Amino acid sequence: MTSLPAEPGARRLGLVIDLDICVGCHACAVNCKEWNSGGVAAPLTDLDPYGAEPLGVWFNRVHTFEAGEGAASRTVHFPRSCLHCAEPQCVTVCPTGASYKRAEDGIVLVNEELCIGCKLCSWACPYGAREYDYDAGVMKKCTLCIDKIYNETLDARDRVPACVATCPASARHFGDLGDPQSAVSTLVRERGGYDLMPEMGYAPTNKYLPPRPRRAGSAATPAELAPAVPAGSGGFLAWIDRLLSD
Amino acid sequence: MHPALSVILFTTLSGAGYGLLAWLGVLAPAGLLPADRGFGAAALGLALVSVTIGLLSSTFHLGHPERAWRAFSQWRSSWLSREGVASVATYVPALLFAVGWVVLGSTAGVWAGLGLLAALAAAVTVGCTAFIYQSLKPIQRWSNGWVLPNYLALAAMTGALWLAALMQIFGLDPLAGTVAALGSIPLALALKVAYWRFIDGTASRSTAESATGLGSLGKVRLFEAPHTSENYLMKEMGFRVARKHAAKLRRIAIGLGFVAPFALTLANLALGGVSAMAIAVIAALLGTLGVLVERWLFFAEAKHTVTLYYGQSTA
Amino acid sequence: MPKSAAPARDPDVPLSEPVADEVKYSTCYMCACRCGIKVHLKDGGIRYIEGNRDHPVNRGVLCAKGSAGIMQHYSPARLRKPLLRVGPRGSGEFREIEWTEALDTATRWLGAIRASDPKKLAFFTGRDQSQALTGWWATQFGTVNYAAHGGFCSVNMAAAGLYSIGGAFWEFGEPDWHHTKYFLLFGVAEDHDSNPIKIGLGKLKGRGAKVVSINPVRTGYSAIADEWIGIRPGTDGLFVLALVHELLRAGKVDADFLARYTNAPWLVIDGEGAADHGLFARGPDAKALVWDRRRNEPASADDPEAQPALRGACTLPDGRRAVPAFERMAARYLEERYAPDTVAAATGIDAAAIKRIAAELAQAAFSEAIVLDQPWVDVHGRHHASMIGRPVAMHAMRGISAHSNGFHTCRAIHLLQMLLGAVDTPGSFRYEPPYPKPIPPGIKPARPAPANTPLAGAPLGFPQSPADLLVDAEGKPLRLDKAFSWEAPLAAHGLLHLVVANAWKGDPYPIDTLFLYMANLSWNSAMNTAGTMQMLTDRVPGSEEYRIPRIIYSDAYYSEMVAYADLVLPDTTYLERYDCISLLDRPIGSADAAADAIRQPVVRPDRDVRPFQDVLIDLGARLKLPGFVTAEGAPKYPGFYPDYIVNHERRPGLGPLAGWRGADGTRAGQGPINPHQLERYIEHQCFWRSEIPAEGRYFKFANRAYLDWAVRMGFLDRAEPVTLQIYSEVLQRFRLAAQGHGPVQPPPEHRERVATYFDPLPIWYPPFEEELPADQPFPLHAITQRPMAMYHSWGSQNAWLRQIHGENCLYIHRATAAAHGIADGDWVVVESRHGRITVPAKLMDGVNPSTVWTWNAIGKRKRAWNLDAKAHEATRGFLVNHLIGELLPERNGYRYANADPVTGQAAWYDLRVSIAKAADVPVESEPTFAALATPALAERVPVLRYGARFRPGRRRP
Ligand SMILES: Nc1nc2c(c(=O)[nH]1)N[C@H]1C(S)=C(S)[C@@H](COP(=O)(O)OP(=O)(O)OC[C@H]3O[C@@H](n4cnc5c(=O)[nH]c(N)nc54)[C@H](O)[C@@H]3O)O[C@H]1N2
Ligand SMILES: Nc1nc2c(c(=O)[nH]1)N[C@H]1C(S)=C(S)[C@@H](COP(=O)(O)OP(=O)(O)OC[C@H]3O[C@@H](n4cnc5c(=O)[nH]c(N)nc54)[C@H](O)[C@@H]3O)O[C@H]1N2
Ligand code: SF4
Ligand code: SF4
Ligand code: SF4
Ligand code: SF4
Ligand code: SF4
Ligand SMILES: [Mo]
Repeated sequence: MTSLPAEPGARRLGLVIDLDICVGCHACAVNCKEWNSGGVAAPLTDLDPYGAEPLGVWFNRVHTFEAGEGAASRTVHFPRSCLHCAEPQCVTVCPTGASYKRAEDGIVLVNEELCIGCKLCSWACPYGAREYDYDAGVMKKCTLCIDKIYNETLDARDRVPACVATCPASARHFGDLGDPQSAVSTLVRERGGYDLMPEMGYAPTNKYLPPRPRRAGSAATPAELAPAVPAGSGGFLAWIDRLLSD
Repeated sequence: MHPALSVILFTTLSGAGYGLLAWLGVLAPAGLLPADRGFGAAALGLALVSVTIGLLSSTFHLGHPERAWRAFSQWRSSWLSREGVASVATYVPALLFAVGWVVLGSTAGVWAGLGLLAALAAAVTVGCTAFIYQSLKPIQRWSNGWVLPNYLALAAMTGALWLAALMQIFGLDPLAGTVAALGSIPLALALKVAYWRFIDGTASRSTAESATGLGSLGKVRLFEAPHTSENYLMKEMGFRVARKHAAKLRRIAIGLGFVAPFALTLANLALGGVSAMAIAVIAALLGTLGVLVERWLFFAEAKHTVTLYYGQSTA
Repeated sequence: MPKSAAPARDPDVPLSEPVADEVKYSTCYMCACRCGIKVHLKDGGIRYIEGNRDHPVNRGVLCAKGSAGIMQHYSPARLRKPLLRVGPRGSGEFREIEWTEALDTATRWLGAIRASDPKKLAFFTGRDQSQALTGWWATQFGTVNYAAHGGFCSVNMAAAGLYSIGGAFWEFGEPDWHHTKYFLLFGVAEDHDSNPIKIGLGKLKGRGAKVVSINPVRTGYSAIADEWIGIRPGTDGLFVLALVHELLRAGKVDADFLARYTNAPWLVIDGEGAADHGLFARGPDAKALVWDRRRNEPASADDPEAQPALRGACTLPDGRRAVPAFERMAARYLEERYAPDTVAAATGIDAAAIKRIAAELAQAAFSEAIVLDQPWVDVHGRHHASMIGRPVAMHAMRGISAHSNGFHTCRAIHLLQMLLGAVDTPGSFRYEPPYPKPIPPGIKPARPAPANTPLAGAPLGFPQSPADLLVDAEGKPLRLDKAFSWEAPLAAHGLLHLVVANAWKGDPYPIDTLFLYMANLSWNSAMNTAGTMQMLTDRVPGSEEYRIPRIIYSDAYYSEMVAYADLVLPDTTYLERYDCISLLDRPIGSADAAADAIRQPVVRPDRDVRPFQDVLIDLGARLKLPGFVTAEGAPKYPGFYPDYIVNHERRPGLGPLAGWRGADGTRAGQGPINPHQLERYIEHQCFWRSEIPAEGRYFKFANRAYLDWAVRMGFLDRAEPVTLQIYSEVLQRFRLAAQGHGPVQPPPEHRERVATYFDPLPIWYPPFEEELPADQPFPLHAITQRPMAMYHSWGSQNAWLRQIHGENCLYIHRATAAAHGIADGDWVVVESRHGRITVPAKLMDGVNPSTVWTWNAIGKRKRAWNLDAKAHEATRGFLVNHLIGELLPERNGYRYANADPVTGQAAWYDLRVSIAKAADVPVESEPTFAALATPALAERVPVLRYGARFRPGRRRP
């Protein structure tokens, strides 16, 4: 239903992505594609898959940016998927009620049965998180793996989004950002997790953890080593004897 | 934004149609239009046909046109839905008004009321169309106060030009139409220029830095896009028009859509004569053509924030 | 469809749809990392491939490649039936044949060779994970011309490690991810341990340990490193030895570790010109001698009572002078030429940074030493109350190995580890069983065998002196690839990159059949790509005969190499066969446990293809190779590979799999055959793991508990200590031979080279390409990196992965590009001494300004992999291989291989180039090659709707 839930539920499921650890391996993106290719939004159609212009539906894409100048410049890998915003216009602009936000957990979904493929929701998403399936003629998007995180046929430990489960570097975390006590909320507090484009006012649920400052030297260590105290006798290596325990 | 032909056609045609409908609904009751039935039929017919063509063409870009009817359901929150509802609702007073004028030959009394109602509904519909764009935050060049007046004025202008042309065709005294046109063209031009001034003059609200949150590290540049292959987002929202090219098109739009029609209409007012009909028709066509170009630019010049993730530093 | 336009409430999403009808465990093969997978099967199709959480390698995660396994399995490039060439070689014109015809043909060809001169079969197996089988097959066939891909991959790492510390970075060890506080990562973009290294880096970053990446390019791991050192390619040796210089200058070394566990105290004979100069002084029992500081007399190196000196010259009873290896070493690296200020310019790293890093290393190793209260006993029976660790770990791969100075650079890194006492201690580099091994391992390369006879031993091994080389009386090579000859004496993995060129030249001798498996040798693993294709198709002048008479190839897909085969043996995909990841081969597992694994067929092939291992065993039986047939001449393994995996024994009790041995499956490591072994593996998620006893997990080279365990497991013959070698006597033996000592000496033309590069202590020299004409027309370094989401050539057929890496470009530093007038997106002409390519350019900041680079193996031959001829892999993608020559320019009348002079490792990253903006934009990246014809392959679907049928709520066929 296109109007947002009357009173937003307390549970706000989402992802926390650690840009300090992300190595840009694309595992999350491909595993997302793999899981969802057989899930509630299946298929994630690929046009011209073996030709000159392959064009596929992906719910998660990994960018790489360079930031800063010269020696201080940095390379940062940046995975991008639906942020399951609290104030998502992708939902309110939808003329059919296909686009909706669940009251119970804040997950934003598309009901493909109702979708007329007008694409307006993708215009309304500042983050480019909605993917149109030209073949199916409907809009698709990150489902937060709703058919995995609630799937009672799976081992409880497997009820996390595919991208989180597969991230080799553990740069992705899943949890309830509506609960200040949750592990993800704590992580956001401790690491200064932030919103993308806060100026849009969409109040994203997903948070990003900033890259930590780089560490060249540290106060703990001297800028260079002091020469070994040359002993009176014993030539240039006399010090080695002192290091040997008898 | 990718300028989809169907959408450009739709907004231009229906805009003109609603404009014409509005003028008829206001001027006829005010007695400023001859009660000629043939003229009434033609004028209202043209308005409703172009509106209808516009509405139909807007369904061409849908993935599921057969489900288009569902778009009426979300009028509570969605401007697109409201536009749908308003556009359909407009038919009711418009058709009744037509019955009064064309069948019963009256535009007075209750029929006048229906005329005014049709005019209002037309304005509301155009307003909804404008709000669809004006409400899209990710596209700063749309989400600003200039869009609504622009849409209304351009609809009025094209409507007036068509009206003037029709009156000439039916050999009626074109004064009302001519005055309406001469009044609305400068207004529309002023608003359009103001809009362009505004989008050229306002700094981008979002940047690559705010999109990534990496501003603290310094200037942010895309190193590698996620995929080497195309994707929907860039096809739909990555469209870019070169500044020089855009400037040229703006001049064309101004010349075709505003200056030329204004000059021609003015000439008609001064000279009148046998060529007047041809001139008025040309003026209407040029005006419509100009608005098509303007509408193409409205999309082509609009930048979406998603492009900030694909190498643009501002949107 | 609900009638109401706006449903009053959210629609029901099927949340608990069963994911699979059946889950099968196996091992991934989208790369060589060998992660455990759970394959979810639904209606006979593959619904989802998931990482196995319990698996020691990947602990539940899957990388991008592994997550795209479904697309690999259903690739339209899969071969469907055996093929016999009908058109000219390289055209791609084939006739489909039955397996009987294929096997008869191969048997006929190979049988004839074996009956005349077995070494005329060159059997090279590329990215082979069954080398224990293929190597043994070659041994039984009787050809010395066997190797896998190690020679062009990372033999420098393996050899330098095995000749220095008895283990190696390359898969045989790992950093102590739990305790390391300071981590140096040299030249790694992805690694063979793709997932473990990512898991580990995540851990380190989480713990706040410092990660330093030494790499000309700042992507991937280097991007998240706490410090990035954008070194100039080929100069790591200088950087590392400068660190050594600093530590020695400051006296920051672990003297006790050196004295106890390394050969630092061993006495090196000092007799310039003598036949024993530079060798170790040895006692009557041939044991090396040390100088006992207390008794002030020589003592045996393994006398636990002795207190060995690390410095000071001494005179032996027989009057010869000798000094401890440590002093020889220290004297060298304390020289000013290794000082940070001296090497700064060459490495492009400022001296202050080098000095600081040395200080940080010392700080972490000695001031932040960690103590695990875990008592242990060393081989000499000394009790240690705890395990004292140097929490400094290092890892290095192809950024080091793919240079012509890689062997010595890698040895320099091992030296640095030894000086810090940071080898297999808590927090440092750790061995993975079955390592450490004796230094070097005892196996020596077998010599050629006469007709119809197996080799005396394995074709590959570890020479310990010139006498072990495979050369004839004149010192000419006995192997086709010239491994173990004076040109590459320690080529422990062979030289796959020279096989085609040498076979074509008939140098050192012509061969009959080139039998290849799993190596795309006409393309991304070839140097001089164009030339290689030429050689493969070149005919004997004035005849229809090809210079390389016959080529048999087994591939699973329509790769660039298939087109050059006369007979193609189509393999299955990794989800359709049994495989065995054996401890006799390239082991998996971790520093805390030994492990091995299998693959099991999770789906049945829908094509007429057979597992290559089955085919090889079948051929072995048809050829009546010893070991492949019973006494009666019947096939020994009628059940083919699974049969072999269970029933084959190297020596009694030792087979391909170490788990669940013994009739009742209760024995680990060694034990009688267990007919139900495979069932046990399948019950246990297709892997076996056996933990090292707690007191044996560190100091393995001298840890009684570990060594005893390793002997029980069959990893070692004797529980003897492994003494780490800072000074390599083996290298000195070769140098002495080159100086005219000993029975086996190099021919004159090779002497200078051998004498120079067989230095017993690590040296640095510029990569050979830099020694080219002083008027360097090629000022820039050109290197490649592994893309994390693509595997060499074989990922491009993958509908998902090719969207991520469907084309590549040349990355150039902004400043360098500006200096050349090159803008982002321009096409550039890249030229080397060998060739030229024209390719798209992209600018960046995070790269050493003297270096350009691209992603490896993205470029494809037109129509290979059953891709559309217009696919960007062929029209925009490119290989730098077109620029790399397999031979160095002539030097006093001879052209050596473009390789490391010690191991023969291919020097991919020595490449030097010049760049210029292309005068006019080409239609396609250049060079271009003719499109291949394609045999009957599956049709390429225009729209791929994979998984639609699994969608919950959908009616299914
Ligand atoms: N410029 C440059 N060149 C390089 C490198 C570099 O860094 N830069 N790296 C070098 C290194 S380290 C290596 S290891 C080589 C790798 O180069 P290659 O050894 O050629 O490896 P791949 O490209 O993976 O090709 C292996 C072949 O195995 C086939 N194959 C895949 N799966 C199967 C299967 O299940 N069965 C069978 N029978 N065949 C299969 C594939 O189709 C492919 O044809 O490249 C080398 N070349
Ligand atoms: N995804 C994926 N994983 C793979 C493979 C793959 O193709 N794809 N291939 C597998 C194979 S066969 C191999 S051999 C391994 C190789 O794994 P890696 O060793 O990671 O191989 P490369 O990508 O060649 O990484 C070489 C790195 O060294 C850097 N480098 C180049 N020259 C120098 C130098 O002189 N000094 C220093 N310090 N750095 C330098 C390069 O910038 C690059 O980052 O990866 C294996 N894993
Ligand atoms: S899987 Fe993890 S490390 Fe890899 S790109 Fe995704 S978030 Fe980054
Ligand atoms: S990220 Fe985009 S699609 Fe997702 S909820 Fe926010 S606005 Fe909607
Ligand atoms: S595309 Fe579908 S979901 Fe998106 S706004 Fe249109 S109808 Fe709603
Ligand atoms: S939560 Fe699920 S759908 Fe969303 S990005 Fe991760 S894997 Fe994809
Ligand atoms: S690293 Fe990736 S591709 Fe390689 S084995 Fe593991 S999951 Fe498979
Ligand atoms: Mo390799």
